[in-house]
Amino acid sequence: MRRFFLIAPPYAWLLLLFLAPFAIVVKISLSDYALAIPPYVPKFSWDEGIGAYLSQLDFENYIFLTEDDLYWKAYLSSFKIAAISTTLTLLVGYPIAYGMTRVPSEWRPTLMMLVILPFWTSFLIRVYAWMGILSSEGYLNQLLLWIGVIDTPLTILNTNSAVYIGIVYTYLPFMILPIYSALERLDESLIEAAEDLGCSRLTAFWLVTIPLSKTGIIAGCFLVFIPALGEFVIPSLLGGSNTLMIGKVLWEEFFSNRDWPVASAVAVILLLLLVIPIVLFQRNQQKQQEAEQ
Amino acid sequence: MPNAVGRLTCPAANFAPVKTCAKSTDLVHAGRGPSLTTVEFEPWNDPQAKPLIHFQNVTKRFGTFTAIDDLTIDIYEKEFYALLGPSGCGKTTLMRMLAGFETPTEGKIMLAGQNIVSVPPNKRATNMMFQSYALFPHLSIWENIAFGLKREGMAKADINDRVDEMLRLTRLEQFARRKPHQISGGQRQRVALARSLAKAPKLLLLDEPLGALDKKLRQETQFELMDIQEKTGTTFVIVTHDQEEAMTVASRVAVMDHGKIIQVATPDRIYETPNSVYVADFIGDVNIIEGTTTAIGDDSYSIAWADGRAPLTANSNTPFSDGQKCHLAIRPEKVAITADEPSEAANAVQGKILDIAYLGNISTYHVELPSGVVIKAQAANTRRISRRSYTWEDTVWLSWTATAGVLLAS
Repeated sequence: MRRFFLIAPPYAWLLLLFLAPFAIVVKISLSDYALAIPPYVPKFSWDEGIGAYLSQLDFENYIFLTEDDLYWKAYLSSFKIAAISTTLTLLVGYPIAYGMTRVPSEWRPTLMMLVILPFWTSFLIRVYAWMGILSSEGYLNQLLLWIGVIDTPLTILNTNSAVYIGIVYTYLPFMILPIYSALERLDESLIEAAEDLGCSRLTAFWLVTIPLSKTGIIAGCFLVFIPALGEFVIPSLLGGSNTLMIGKVLWEEFFSNRDWPVASAVAVILLLLLVIPIVLFQRNQQKQQEAEQ
Repeated sequence: MPNAVGRLTCPAANFAPVKTCAKSTDLVHAGRGPSLTTVEFEPWNDPQAKPLIHFQNVTKRFGTFTAIDDLTIDIYEKEFYALLGPSGCGKTTLMRMLAGFETPTEGKIMLAGQNIVSVPPNKRATNMMFQSYALFPHLSIWENIAFGLKREGMAKADINDRVDEMLRLTRLEQFARRKPHQISGGQRQRVALARSLAKAPKLLLLDEPLGALDKKLRQETQFELMDIQEKTGTTFVIVTHDQEEAMTVASRVAVMDHGKIIQVATPDRIYETPNSVYVADFIGDVNIIEGTTTAIGDDSYSIAWADGRAPLTANSNTPFSDGQKCHLAIRPEKVAITADEPSEAANAVQGKILDIAYLGNISTYHVELPSGVVIKAQAANTRRISRRSYTWEDTVWLSWTATAGVLLAS
């Protein structure tokens, strides 16, 4: 009984705030577009009964997604952007996390604070700040022109590069923290043992440090990849007209076209695509826990 | 300590395991041929013998702290050398300098005639078994043992043979595919040993190798370690704070304190003839009696102590001048305890039993003399405890011979 009360709140939370809204989204995605409020039919009414309601549902919207190549291109492009940004975040985040475990331990809380510090400012404001930095009259171009590295301002804003910069910047802490926690647990004597057995510093890092921080790397990559895949704010503010991301498509479908059923179908497919990496992520976590026992 | 001498010369029949690895041939030593004669293994007494390791005036400072203070020692091939001392005495620093993880501030470390001070750990012919074992958790037992061999670029077939051999040597064959977290502490200890021995190092360093094991397993493992050391003929240097362990396994024990070597000797000599009060006190249990000497014959001295008591007699090879302050160190087991005054004892004192420490096989009696000095005496419990001859508050006689104690200068 006590057990039930302990697990009830998380399950109730999940049911109310995830499964129920998701069921509604699925339901809308199976409806047809209509000029109405809300803009879809059929609407469920108790008079007609559930049978009549269900008979009017179809998969038309999902079929539509396969007919227009905008959607699969957007999915693919989102995957590509998310994958590249995740790789870049890893390349930037790993050395930072590694460096944080190398400094004397009294410095670590300060560094940790600095990593988390950007979260104290609104995410939107930080993305707007990047617009100021990256635009052709922005601080970055001014700096580069002043140093003399370039003659004409670089076009960074409204390109995919700006999107990568924005994603790396925003999600960096999510990469650093799990890797840091994996590296911090790493026993220094393992590195010494590897060196003692004939490894150079570099091979010891490659054969011991990297494999032993693998769980942190995987966790960090998922924590960046999953939100980056459905990212909407960064591509719409920093990206250009060429930047095709599913989050943006979804938003336009929903707010510009007011086609709720198609938007819902896009969202459902996105979620199903995300379920795969999430399941993989879960498995990784489980393995890690088993290894620690 | 029966193992002190002769132990390291094993019959050839025991010496089988090293066959495949090309490098390991140098483990087979000429002196270990087919003859079964037991030669005393005491290279440190042989002026011709060249030490494998020679520390020459080595000093190591960490900031203002001197961890190793102008230290000079020799370690010979095939020795089982124990560095013994309290924590913070510098023994681990000494070992880490041998492994290459620390560089001496001053001095030279010679390995087989070569100064290895500037050689990085991965280029040294030494291997180390870490206190934490430092097994790679992401690799199987087999891969752990093969790790060093793979770095050497050894051929696959040779690696297989060598790892199998190591698994046999440490009786781990059936655990080869497991991960370190899937085996027991004792097995992990053996994996660590196998891994560090796999490359057939000239010198194996063991940092508190048995510290994580419980007492019973530790004692078994000590003998296993000695056995493996004999079989492979590798020079072992062990760091420990456990004097029993050092005495059991080592051919020689170096007692350290504050970055200095206080005494290096075989376990029996360390125990029987400590060169200082520090060593006598650190190794085992001891009674220290302060007094002043008067010569009464060749090597024989009378010791005046605790005002008003009859002087004690003790023999000593080291000369003492008359009136010199001294410490007489006597092991409790060399002090006899009797109810009546012994008739023919060189030294006899009377006192009252203050405490009895019952250890099962033996009991230690703390006897308080009228002067307030407490002397410990040990007696084997040959009778059942209900029939014990003495109990608390009993007045008893303690006696010991003139050769029982060691006379140490202050």
